[in-house]
Amino acid sequence: MTASRSGSPRLAATILLVAVAVIWVTPFAWMLIASLRPDAAGGADIASLIPSAQSGFGNFVDAWQSGNFPLWYLNTAILCAGVLAVQLVTITCAGYAFARLEFPGRQAFFYLFLMQLMLVPPILIVPNLITLSKFGLYDTLVGVMAPYFASAFGVFLMRQTFRTIPRDFEEAARVDGASRAQIICRILVPLARPGFIAFAIVSVTAHWNEFLWPLMVTSSPSNRVLTVGLASFTRSAESGSQWGLIAAGTLLVAAPLLIAFVLFQRRFVSSFVFTGIK
Amino acid sequence: MTDTTLSGVHLADSARKSRIHETFGVALLLLAPSLVFLALFTYWPVVQVAWQSLTVESFGGATRTGLDNFQRLFADARFARAAQNNIVFAVGTVVPSIVLALAFAVGLQETTRLTSGLRTVFILPVMIPLVAASALFSFIFQPRFGLLDYYLGSLGFGTTNWIGNPDLALWSLMGLTVWKNAGYYMLFFLAGLQAIPDELYESARVEGAKAVQRFRRITLPLLRPTLAFVVVIALLQVLTNVDHIILLTGGGPSDSTNVLLYYIYQQAHENYDIGLAAAATVVTVAALLVISAVSLRTLEHGIHYEG
Repeated sequence: MTASRSGSPRLAATILLVAVAVIWVTPFAWMLIASLRPDAAGGADIASLIPSAQSGFGNFVDAWQSGNFPLWYLNTAILCAGVLAVQLVTITCAGYAFARLEFPGRQAFFYLFLMQLMLVPPILIVPNLITLSKFGLYDTLVGVMAPYFASAFGVFLMRQTFRTIPRDFEEAARVDGASRAQIICRILVPLARPGFIAFAIVSVTAHWNEFLWPLMVTSSPSNRVLTVGLASFTRSAESGSQWGLIAAGTLLVAAPLLIAFVLFQRRFVSSFVFTGIK
Repeated sequence: MTDTTLSGVHLADSARKSRIHETFGVALLLLAPSLVFLALFTYWPVVQVAWQSLTVESFGGATRTGLDNFQRLFADARFARAAQNNIVFAVGTVVPSIVLALAFAVGLQETTRLTSGLRTVFILPVMIPLVAASALFSFIFQPRFGLLDYYLGSLGFGTTNWIGNPDLALWSLMGLTVWKNAGYYMLFFLAGLQAIPDELYESARVEGAKAVQRFRRITLPLLRPTLAFVVVIALLQVLTNVDHIILLTGGGPSDSTNVLLYYIYQQAHENYDIGLAAAATVVTVAALLVISAVSLRTLEHGIHYEG
């Protein structure tokens, strides 16, 4: 877009945006600098944004040892992968049905699905916890995952993605004697890859960052995910005002997604936009 | 219309009917995996919570049912406070986030090195968990030696207890939320701006329209569907996220940061008052469904489906 504006207001706007960006990035800058600052140099100047001359990885070592980061990473990875794996099956099936099949009540079913977008599990805390304990899933990672196995959002997204694929491909395959299952698996799924990738990015981001639901469902330390671990870690470090330690722990929790985002920025951005707008 | 076409239509019609009959079975089979989970974790819980709100006895032994839980709920000053806080919080975060997001998007529309760098900066908070943002802001809000006071202090301001002061706590959390979410909404506005044809701006410029006029007459009206969409997702987001409240304030001080979802969490998890939690859930779900109805309308009107 070529919205070239006259010189001085444009310059002023740019300066303003840069100033706001400086404010926006300051918490990150502080996190990085404080996490590298040795404890001794902390004290009253812990807020200083000037890196300490004796910067080192001491806080990361301490954080790694006082928290159980390997376990938290593993649990979070299992959570994200498990949710995504089941979701991919459920959203492909239902997405196909809504995109390609004409059946009575299709619109009604579609609205029924959309209800899930509003009713996120933390709102239905009490009944969902009862359901999970009936199935023996309380305090398990599967229990954290289960309410997300169906994704109205994913179904909505796949419906739109499948619709962008020309029907001719399927007609040709049908003439050649392919079954419906074969058509879905061999033709639609490979062609819908951009949609799946976008969904995967959004789903993994959401579950990596989720806190309240895993907090409610799990109680034993062995089932902690990164966010729940960070919360308990922060609480204990806060009482000792160990801010360097908290900054290091926070960075450890946020780093995987931040790194992925910086590396695959365009893909992330287009996924968020695609999944939001489509 | 002649006879032959009529019978042709009839034939096609009955063939179509049996085919639809067959596809209904296939469709149900394909919807089943999703429907099982939706039934277990979305529909049944709503029914259950409605039932609980009417039947769970909340005072030891005494059979109090019917609308008693709702009476207690509406008599509870904390619930009124939570609902009021939620409205203040929703409006007070959604409006500034969206204004900022729109300003970011308009300002960073052109792709240059600088603008893509700035865009990244604004999206970074979106990528971190709200728990991580809360950990950072718990330091930022520390009185005296926290980031805010440290730098405001060097400008001559005094000490402020950002989240310990009942008058400031909710506003401090709003600041955190705006910081966290504005970049996300910016993405949608950037996409919306891309869809506006250049020619419109060209001809407006030829006719001597100033930047402000071009924004008001072209950008804003054409972004309206995006705007409506963003308002809805922003509202849902602020109503369903309470991680920062749990971690930073615990609803306090003196309930100044208590909101509906936190109130439910508190009643269910801390007070074990299932009846009251259920009644509060029913009220919240009703509010969310109203917003969802608005969102459906927005989606239907704002986006064009093919087919």
